[in-house]
Amino acid sequence: MTQPILQLKGVEKSFGSNQVLRGVDIDVAPGNSLVVLGGSGSGKSVMLKNALGLMTPDAGQILFNGEDVTHDQGREREAMRARIGMLFQSGALFDSLTVWENVAFRLLNAEKMKRSDAKERAIETLKKVRLGSSVADLYPAEISGGMQKRVALARAIITKPDLIFFDEPTTGLDPITADAINDLILEQVKALGAAAVTITHDMASARKVADEIAMLFEGRIIWRGPASSIENSGNAHVDQFVNGRADGPIQPAI
Amino acid sequence: MSDGSTTNSSGFPNPLAWLGRGAIGLFAETGRLAIFAGRTKAAAFTPPWNLAQIWKQIVAIGFYSLPVVGLSAVFIGAALALNIYTGGNRFGAEQFVPNIVVLGITRELGATITGLMLAGRVTAGIAAEIGAMKVTEQIDALKTLSANPFRYLYAPRFLAACITLPVLVLISDIIGVMGGWLVSVFALDFDSTTYLRNTIDFLTMEDVVVGLIKAVIFGAVIAIMGCYQGSKSKAGATGVGRAATLSMVGAAVLVLASNYMLSTLFVRIGI
Repeated sequence: MTQPILQLKGVEKSFGSNQVLRGVDIDVAPGNSLVVLGGSGSGKSVMLKNALGLMTPDAGQILFNGEDVTHDQGREREAMRARIGMLFQSGALFDSLTVWENVAFRLLNAEKMKRSDAKERAIETLKKVRLGSSVADLYPAEISGGMQKRVALARAIITKPDLIFFDEPTTGLDPITADAINDLILEQVKALGAAAVTITHDMASARKVADEIAMLFEGRIIWRGPASSIENSGNAHVDQFVNGRADGPIQPAI
Repeated sequence: MSDGSTTNSSGFPNPLAWLGRGAIGLFAETGRLAIFAGRTKAAAFTPPWNLAQIWKQIVAIGFYSLPVVGLSAVFIGAALALNIYTGGNRFGAEQFVPNIVVLGITRELGATITGLMLAGRVTAGIAAEIGAMKVTEQIDALKTLSANPFRYLYAPRFLAACITLPVLVLISDIIGVMGGWLVSVFALDFDSTTYLRNTIDFLTMEDVVVGLIKAVIFGAVIAIMGCYQGSKSKAGATGVGRAATLSMVGAAVLVLASNYMLSTLFVRIGI
């Protein structure tokens, strides 16, 4: 078996008396695309933030390429982050910077690249997500939501990472734009040969981008299998989620 | 109180539990603020410095505060002159208006008024900006892109405020004295030349320096309170609004409290 690029072992995280993650075990093989499904409030985002090192787990381990990075700080943490891309749910573009400065942010700041070279790389990467050089000098507030997602995708892939996280990449987009974003994600991830971890509750998105699907429920991974087996998972929770029914073992979060 | 609630069995608030919780909360908050301030200073006083960001903040904090600082100074100076004239009149001491105006402005009011105005304009602005960045995940995004928010966001604001506040206070001193002079010459029939000579003869370097030292401390307070409250802002418009309000109130109170402590210190060491 190949060494997983990312591995979570028994990760637990609580906020006050609210136990969000109760021992998450999951791993992603290099070049593989894993989609983690889960309802609102199931702890998907918390899991992602722990994996990225934005939060520190209360218990458990996070391994990156087999190395324990759970409590890494400073240089070790940066070395890991340099090889990871992240697409935030809201895009999280810096609104005081232009589109190209956003895309080239890591090159300009962490890697100290010359501005002219960085801009060239940014425009090249914007082309990959089907954005012309005319948007490069605009500010994020001046472009549409779908375009912002594409800029955010460009920012996540510009340094050719080995692993990319996608936090609900299609939330807030119309179905057609969402599908276009899914296509772009699929195309770019395959082109890079990167591993991808996508958290979503959008089944159309999951079916499209996943090699493997896992389901997070009450702070644990309760099912995992190849994307093709999602329709006959034999798991009542997964069935309810896939078919979008209010009745079943999962109580609606309202 | 094994359940940790602040009401006793009959449902009335338990004053001791309430007091204890408040005290623990206050100490915890003070500790968090101190750690935050320490990390900001550490980032501010060690290379590499983000010169582009520092310059941007100097313009935002310093240059754009000039109108508000100038306007408040001229009115404070004018009102001070009027009040000293009326008060001094009671025991025939109205000729001391220029001396007391320049002393009051340079040692005390120039710095305090500038500090308070900037606690409104700058602290709330910083808290709202950082708060909005926090709730839209831009701070998380900075971290994932290997940019330390202390270096990229907080330290430049801290340095810019500590650099620009003394300059603003110096300008405020000059305009404040001018406000006193305007009222004295045009409303109270002082002779312009005598007024200005009295002002200059009476003023010492120490008086000005006292105000400028205060200004550096106020600058630190203003920037750190804004960044701190913004960085722990809760989601939504209410969360960011609350961060802005808390930061402003906190900065204003800390400006006044540190002003008193610094004044005590200066009196002790005799300047």
